[in-house]
Amino acid sequence: MKTNPKVYYEEAYPPVPLGFVRFMRKFFLWQLFRFFVLNYKVMRIVAYGHS
Amino acid sequence: MARVVVLGAGISGHTAAAFLRKKLSKKHEVVVISPSAYYEWIPSNIWVGVGRMKQKQVRFKLDKVYKRWKIQFHQAKAISIHPEGNAEHKKAFVKSVYSTGDQQGQEFVVEYDYLINATGPKLNFEATEGLGPGKNSHSVCSSSHAVESWNALKQIFEAAERGEHKKILVGTGHGSATCQGAAFEYTLNIAAEAKRRKILDKLDITWITNEYELGDFGMGGAYIKQNGYVVPTKVFTESILAEFGIKWIKRAGVYKLEPGVAHFELLDGTKDSIEFDFSMLIPAFAGSGITAFGKDDEDITAKLFMSNGFMKVDADYTPKEFEEYSVEDWPETYQSPEYENIFAIGIAFAPPHPISKPMKSVNGTPISPAPPRTGMPSGVTGKTTALNIAAKIEYNRSEIAHKASMGRMGAACIVSAGYGLFNGMAATMTVNPIVPDWENYPKYGRKINYTVGEMGLAGHWMKLSLHYMFLHKAKGYPFWWLIPE
Repeated sequence: MKTNPKVYYEEAYPPVPLGFVRFMRKFFLWQLFRFFVLNYKVMRIVAYGHS
Repeated sequence: MARVVVLGAGISGHTAAAFLRKKLSKKHEVVVISPSAYYEWIPSNIWVGVGRMKQKQVRFKLDKVYKRWKIQFHQAKAISIHPEGNAEHKKAFVKSVYSTGDQQGQEFVVEYDYLINATGPKLNFEATEGLGPGKNSHSVCSSSHAVESWNALKQIFEAAERGEHKKILVGTGHGSATCQGAAFEYTLNIAAEAKRRKILDKLDITWITNEYELGDFGMGGAYIKQNGYVVPTKVFTESILAEFGIKWIKRAGVYKLEPGVAHFELLDGTKDSIEFDFSMLIPAFAGSGITAFGKDDEDITAKLFMSNGFMKVDADYTPKEFEEYSVEDWPETYQSPEYENIFAIGIAFAPPHPISKPMKSVNGTPISPAPPRTGMPSGVTGKTTALNIAAKIEYNRSEIAHKASMGRMGAACIVSAGYGLFNGMAATMTVNPIVPDWENYPKYGRKINYTVGEMGLAGHWMKLSLHYMFLHKAKGYPFWWLIPE
């Protein structure tokens, strides 16, 4: 009997991204925007956390 | 005239020396004692380890920078601290041994008014039989190790390009290892590089870790806001590995390596082994092994250091159960409780306890991560200690104004998952504070609005810009002090 190889092991359960998410991760304009957003969020932590 | 001696020139020690020199007037001396001739930007070693950066891009010689800054530099290894002096020396002093040049092996003494211990970790490969460069595994803990790793990995890639199937094992090489983040980055970079070379299907990559769940990273994991959900880093981390087709083994303490085989014990007590053609496993860390002596040359090492070699500071070292851990246990000033002119920063200070829940297998083997102190905390503790010492010397201030508890400061961790200006990728993660504060943030342990977890090209740009910014800062180029830690 054939068993389904896609289930019943750890690596089968996490969510994995589909094409749109993978596209947006490398879409230049969106990433340029995210670059500034992430920098702001990191700088917020840096400014707050440095006594 | 006061003299401040800094032991170590890594991220923490070099930051402290730079700010001391900036804040102290010229009549005061800053002395750095470090066994390496180079400053290394260690976070970029993972790119050296996959052949995307050269060693010279991640390090530079310290002597030129220190000459420009008028900091005395001894390329030497500190061997003992004498905080009360002795019969020969009235003042406190450090004994060191030159590690290079005509004076190699020669001992010398430097007296100090203030001492900063920033010696970083000893890479304790000996704690795992057969582990480490020159034995059965590789490392990316130094740029030299990363070069060796790349030379070995290149052969694996070449074999895969010829159509051969190869097994790669990356992760922690000891039940109590830390720095999971660096090993995780290296795993993803191997996979990304293999994907770029179109040989990912020829590689069987396994991530092995001492974490109870993936995404623990030695800080008990974290929660991040993502797509309208609060998601544990376990899910985030597993998702990234699954995307690259990387398998994992968790709750594993590697205890022995033989050529091509790693033996490990799981938390449930079972023992198993896994074969590999290439492995990069992070060793356990220990203190650098400096000893300490009193006025009559009696051994007082246990007074200054914990048994693992890390220096005691203003932390609460009372043994506690995990449920009683508090952010208040973590140090704020990094000052020795015994000698107020001695400080320990970066990895050199002894944490009060782990951040992740300590666990032992049914056989009694500890299998859980040690707390991380690398990166941002290293830089921050270096700067705050320098400012405190400078205030004491210049303004004779008795109180310590600048404080930097890991239970108060946040941290950003950018996990590279591939190199390339348009094809690179990294996971940007932020937590605040680093040590979970369950009293003030009972739901998630941290400020959930300050957390981020995001994969994308922007993360790679950030990691790459940090590489250039921090090297700019470390080299003391114009306006270096404006770049935060």
